[in-house]
Amino acid sequence: MLKVDKLEVAYGNIKAIKGISLEVNKGEIVTLIGSNGAGKSTTLRAISGLLKLKGGSITFEGDRIDGKEGHEIVAKGICQSPEGRRIFPRMSVSENLDLGAFLRNDKEAVAADRERVLELFPRLAERINQKAGTMSGGEQQMLAVGRALMGSPSLLLLDEPSMGLAPVLVDMIFETITKINEQGTTILLVEQNALAALNVADRAYVLESGNIKLSGNAKDLISDPEVTKAYLGG
Amino acid sequence: MAGVTYKTRQLRRRNIERVLATLAIAGASFWLLGNFIKSPTQFTEVTFTGLSNGILYALIALGYTLVYGIIELINFAHGDLFMLGGLFSAHFITLWFNQHHESGAGWGVLLLALISVMIFCAVINIAIERFAYRRLRRAPKLAPLITAVGMSFILQFVGLRWNGSGQKTWPSLLPSGNLVIFTVKLPYTTLISFAVTIPVLLALSYIVTKTKQGKAMRATAQDQDASRLMGINVNRTISFTFGLGGALAGAAGLLFEQTRGLTSYNLGFQLGLIAFTAAVMGGIGNLQGAVLGAVIIGLIQGWNDGLPIGLGQQWSNTVVFSILILLMVFKPTGLLGKPTTEKV
Repeated sequence: MLKVDKLEVAYGNIKAIKGISLEVNKGEIVTLIGSNGAGKSTTLRAISGLLKLKGGSITFEGDRIDGKEGHEIVAKGICQSPEGRRIFPRMSVSENLDLGAFLRNDKEAVAADRERVLELFPRLAERINQKAGTMSGGEQQMLAVGRALMGSPSLLLLDEPSMGLAPVLVDMIFETITKINEQGTTILLVEQNALAALNVADRAYVLESGNIKLSGNAKDLISDPEVTKAYLGG
Repeated sequence: MAGVTYKTRQLRRRNIERVLATLAIAGASFWLLGNFIKSPTQFTEVTFTGLSNGILYALIALGYTLVYGIIELINFAHGDLFMLGGLFSAHFITLWFNQHHESGAGWGVLLLALISVMIFCAVINIAIERFAYRRLRRAPKLAPLITAVGMSFILQFVGLRWNGSGQKTWPSLLPSGNLVIFTVKLPYTTLISFAVTIPVLLALSYIVTKTKQGKAMRATAQDQDASRLMGINVNRTISFTFGLGGALAGAAGLLFEQTRGLTSYNLGFQLGLIAFTAAVMGGIGNLQGAVLGAVIIGLIQGWNDGLPIGLGQQWSNTVVFSILILLMVFKPTGLLGKPTTEKV
């Protein structure tokens, strides 16, 4: 479904991504783990068209999408819940969700997706008219994920959905990720919480300073001694 | 004193500010009341003039505030765009359509001129953004600011070539009489200004709050990358914003040219500065604030210039800017501007 080939991204002269290749197949949850600054978010930003590539290519369902504008990539069916949530703070929860469906004209399907999002995150339903910037971090995170779902993506990119959340909420977010996947959305998940990510994912890539160090089935990586040592605190 | 903590000092300061503000408002009310008692007719007339100037300023101020709201640029060329709008209207009506006084055909030409000048200024503003500002969007803030000053000079030069170095007077197609209610005389030109401006402002408010394009504008103003992730075409949204601001400046240009009957290449500087001040007074980036600031400035000028007990026209700008300075000292965000409370 998504094929990233020898991707290179640089900030000025500093190469953040040094030629990584990865693949996401339909129906999967694939996770990209690694420490801070490894280039996880940069990879997602490049896929979403927010960064220019230095080299390599990105193919989605057979079409090259690198070089396309961000809004064109959303139109192709890739939505992202970005790092740091990036909800629209001065708009209500409801307006934020509407913006998630900005490109869609199928009113009934949008309404149905809204129902679905509010079902996944009942908390958002309670706060529907509240200004998004006044909500707690966890609620904002739910909104960011819900807003991305409103685009009815075929591929959902999630950047650190568990960041800064209370442990109870972390469990809830990962349960929700599984649920979203079961409802038919393919997911590429970036996480620092490697254990939780590996637990829900089918496959995983381990990123280290801009290179892919390891990849394979999530189940195998959990028991891989190197991964355990570096990322799972074992 | 050991007992005076930071908090109590803060509180005392706020109380003093409150007392001062109350005194200032009481003083102003007293002055206005005195004037009203002395000559109710003149007071009402002057208030109307002030209001109609105010909404003209509002049309220009909105252009500053729209652009600032979306890309945080103070578009110094905006006032000059208004000037070009006036010039275009004068040529369109008087030279190209050869209309010199009020007539049935004149009304048609005026409407056509209004639409044309709005499109004309919108296109210029979109072109300015496309060619001068867009490339500098990621550059340090000073670069587009200086470019905007440069654009202002370019537009003034165009005005200079088009209009000549002096003031030019033009005939007005608007009826010249007054509507008389009891003893109060309200010029038709003023009433027509209202009749044009208020629907334009309502249309703008509708576009910004209700339409998809308006939602895209508000989203882009808050977070460009997040907007891209929603599928919003950010470049097109910014162009649209410049187009809206330009159209408003065009409408203001036509109204000014028709109500005052004059054009000059440096008009944009004077009115642009007043309009910019209005936008800052209301809280730059805030649309209602721009209209409020503009109406307040219009009223202050009107009252100061026209009331029997007052400082008179030569003090007009001094009074306006003194009030602005005081406001900025005590409320730096402007009347309706709020410090952004964004959670990280």
